[in-house]
This record gives sequence, structure tokens and C-alpha cells, in this order.
Amino acid sequence: MSVSMMVSQLAGGMFVSVQIFVVTLVFSLPLGMIVAFGRMSRNPLLQGIVKVYISIMRGTPLMLQLMVVYFGPYYLFGIKITNSYRLWAALIGFVINYAAYFAEIYRSGIQSMPVGQYEAAKLLGYGKMQTFFKIILPQVIKRILPSVTNEVITLVKDTSLAFTISVLEMFAIAKALASSQTSLIPFAAAGIFYYLFNLVVAVGMDYAEKKLAYYQ
Amino acid sequence: MKLMEMNHVGKAFDGVPVIRDISLSVEEGEIVSIIGPSGSGKSTLLRCATMLETMDSGELIYMGEKAAWSDETGKMTFASKRDLKRICENYGLVFQNFNLFPHFSVMKNITDAPIAVQKRDKEEVYRTGRELLKKMGLEDKENAYPCQLSGGQCQRVAIARALALNPKILFFDEPTSALDPELTGEVLKVIKSLADLDIAMVIVTHEMAFARDISDRVIFMADGVIVEEGTPEVVFASDNERTRSFLGRYGEMLK
Ligand SMILES: Nc1ncnc2c1ncn2[C@@H]1O[C@H](COP(=O)(O)OP(=O)(O)OP(=O)(O)O)[C@@H](O)[C@H]1O
Ligand SMILES: [Mg+2]
Repeated sequence: MSVSMMVSQLAGGMFVSVQIFVVTLVFSLPLGMIVAFGRMSRNPLLQGIVKVYISIMRGTPLMLQLMVVYFGPYYLFGIKITNSYRLWAALIGFVINYAAYFAEIYRSGIQSMPVGQYEAAKLLGYGKMQTFFKIILPQVIKRILPSVTNEVITLVKDTSLAFTISVLEMFAIAKALASSQTSLIPFAAAGIFYYLFNLVVAVGMDYAEKKLAYYQ
Repeated sequence: MKLMEMNHVGKAFDGVPVIRDISLSVEEGEIVSIIGPSGSGKSTLLRCATMLETMDSGELIYMGEKAAWSDETGKMTFASKRDLKRICENYGLVFQNFNLFPHFSVMKNITDAPIAVQKRDKEEVYRTGRELLKKMGLEDKENAYPCQLSGGQCQRVAIARALALNPKILFFDEPTSALDPELTGEVLKVIKSLADLDIAMVIVTHEMAFARDISDRVIFMADGVIVEEGTPEVVFASDNERTRSFLGRYGEMLK
């Protein structure tokens, strides 16, 4: 197999990895906010359910969660698993897992806000929604950015776990190529890919942090 | 006309009464100082008046309109959300630690609520904002962020922010306690300059000379009750034992 064919196969896997990455962020970042509100809810039932959900997501391996999402429908309901469900299962697994982590980050950020900010907003007449979106959230985002960066960088590497349910992302293809070509070059290429991907992420997050550095 | 009226207000924390049966009213344009030892419930009283704290009993009235009241059984009732929104426009509060919004510039701190909450005209609000900053001696800080200002400057911005909403009554909770002595003077001077704005002010303060000079009426509080109230001349020359023992520490300063 020529080098150019290897590269084009790897590029296909790269596309899938990037897809998992983007979809996971796009859905888990807002979903995490909803989960965080559930976790801080005054309703004990809702709060309890969310607590259990977060603790399972954080307490079990992501690899196992992906397998449960993939095989679960068959074992639980006897639904036949189709090939096209693989990627869906991976996306669902990643989104619900990362939403739990983001929820805890949001919660710690929101709870670290001084009560004086809420009181000042109340006295100035801001409604609940205005207070949250104008006063609280922008400050929370600044506070939690370093933790979010950590999660995002972990996510880049975690996308490779999708290979456990045979999603043909970057890592799965590198592994297949490495054994069929008896060469380590595909692994090296994969390593470089993940590294460069994270470099881009780090630069982006650094830029965001600098943009928010105009106040303390 | 009475701007604000509190009747028989009580408030307890975890069963410990902090405010006991306090009645107090403020007339239009009146300047009232509240003095008293630490822990006597001054902040709690202001927090009940501004509804940051829910009172346990009594009634709270602004401009003749009831904001909160308790019935014969002692159950508290609050005005509807819509009524409260209107009632809240009557007053503002200046905090001891400013509570400016750190991510907003000075100008945005002052203008955002009038624009976003009161839906006033942007041009007009910015004009008012600039006038207020000028009054506060901060015309060159329009685009600064709170973290770039001194404590005294922050407090003056906080005062401008409260004034921008055109309150009829402005509460101050120890507006200079978080400031170095050098910065206290500039803030007190600004507050004094508001006296001719024709808004009522209720000021909790430990600055006795300031309270004596600025107030129409001084209220001395201890252990959750109003021990004595009257003109500064009367209260500062009181023969009430508790008032005297509290003022004793300041007596020297006032002479
Ligand atoms: N949220 C709260 N929970 C419990 N106790 C409180 C709370 N707020 C105030 N207290 C108590 O109520 C009492 C009165 O407090 P308050 O802050 O009103 O006093 P103060 O007169 O403002 O004192 P200072 O001059 O020190 O500001 C204090 O004993 C205080 O510990
Ligand atoms: Mg106090």
C-alpha cells in the first residue's frame, strides 16, 4: 500500500474523530448547563436523580459506557443493532459522559460567585434571567475556562475510545493499518495528529482566556 | 409624604431575634443616619427595608403602597411580583463592599440597568451617566474597569450606579467601612454633595462627625431596637445611658 493511500485512509479516520469531538462539545456544553441546574435544584427527587447520573458517569470507565450505549438496546429491548448505529452510540455516549463533567464544572463556577453580585443585580431590578445571563454567566465562564480547557484536551484523546465499539475513527484505522502493513508509521501519524489537534485546542483556549483577561 | 414606612418589623435568624418591633419612617428628601454598636442589627434593618432579607413580622410600605405585611396570625404576605417590581424602583442600596460588576466598564455598570431594566433611551441614559460621573469626580474613568480603580473610586461608581435609576430613597450600609481612612473622606464628600439632590438617604455609618453634620435625624440602635432618635443635636447630647456609653468612644472625636 502506498503512503498516499495510508494518508487518505488516516484522513478519513481523522474526519470521524473531529466529528465526534465537535458534536460532543456542541451538545454536551449546553446539556451540562441543564444538568448543573438539575444538580442545584431544590427539588430533592430531581437533584437525587442527577446526582446518581453524575456519579455513574464519573465513576465508571467511558469505554464501558460506550459499550452499554451500543449493546444496551439489544440486551435490554432486543432491538437489532445496525451498523450505522455505531457512530450514533459513540456520539450519545460521549455527550452524556461529558455533560456530567461539564455540569460539575458549571456548578462549582456558579456556586463560587459571591452572593453580593446577585444582591446588587436584584436591587438594580434585573430579573432572574437577566441576572444569570448578563451578570453571573459571563463571570462564571471566565472562572471555569481553565477547567473546561482540561476537559476539552482530554476529549481530543478520548475520541480514540470510540474504537472499542468499532467506530472507524483515527485510532481504529491506525491500528488496522499498523497490523496489515506491519508498520508503526500509522501509529506515529496518529500520535502526531492528536498532538497537533490539541495544539490547536490549546491555542484557541489560550486566546479565549486572554480575551477575558481584561478584568479580574 | 412618607416615602418609606416600616411598622413593627421583626426578624430573627435561627430563632435569635435580631430586629425587634422596629418602626421607622422616612420623609421625602430626609437624611437619616443609623448608628449603633456592631451586631445591633443595622445591616439587617436595611436588608429588610430593601427586601434582600424577608422580614418575619410587621409591614413595609413605600409611597403608601404595601410591599409586605403580616396578618393577625403572623403570616407574612408580599405584594405581587409585578407590584414589587414597581415598588423596588423607589429605592437603591449602596453596599459596604460596592458589589460592582467586574466584567462591566464603569459606564456600563452605571448605564446597563437603566437601559436593560427601565428600558430608557440609550442616549439619555449615557448623558445621565456622564453627568453622574462628573458629579463623582470620575469623568476620566468612564472606560475603566472596576479592578483598575481604588476602593474610594469603586464606591463612588456604586453610588452613581444607584443614582442612575432615579431612586427616591437611597440606603447606604457603611459605605466607607471597607476603605482606607484617606479614601473615606472623598466618599463622604460625595454623599454630602447629594444632599441637595432632593432624594432621601438612610445611612448606616460609624462616622459620627459625618452623621452629625449631614443628618436631619439620627437613630441610635442597640440589640435590635431603636433606643433613641432625634436631631443630631439631641441624640449626640443625649443623657440616655446606652447612647452615652456608645457615643463615649466618639465623644472626643466630636469635640
Ligand atoms: N444571614 C444571617 N444568618 C444568621 N445570623 C445573622 C445573619 N445576618 C446577621 N446575623 C446576625 O444578626 C446580628 C445583627 O447583624 P447585623 O449585620 O444586622 O449587625 P450590624 O448592626 O450591621 O453590625 P455591624 O456594625 O458589625 O455591621 C448579628 O448578631 C449577626 O451575627
Ligand atoms: Mg452591618
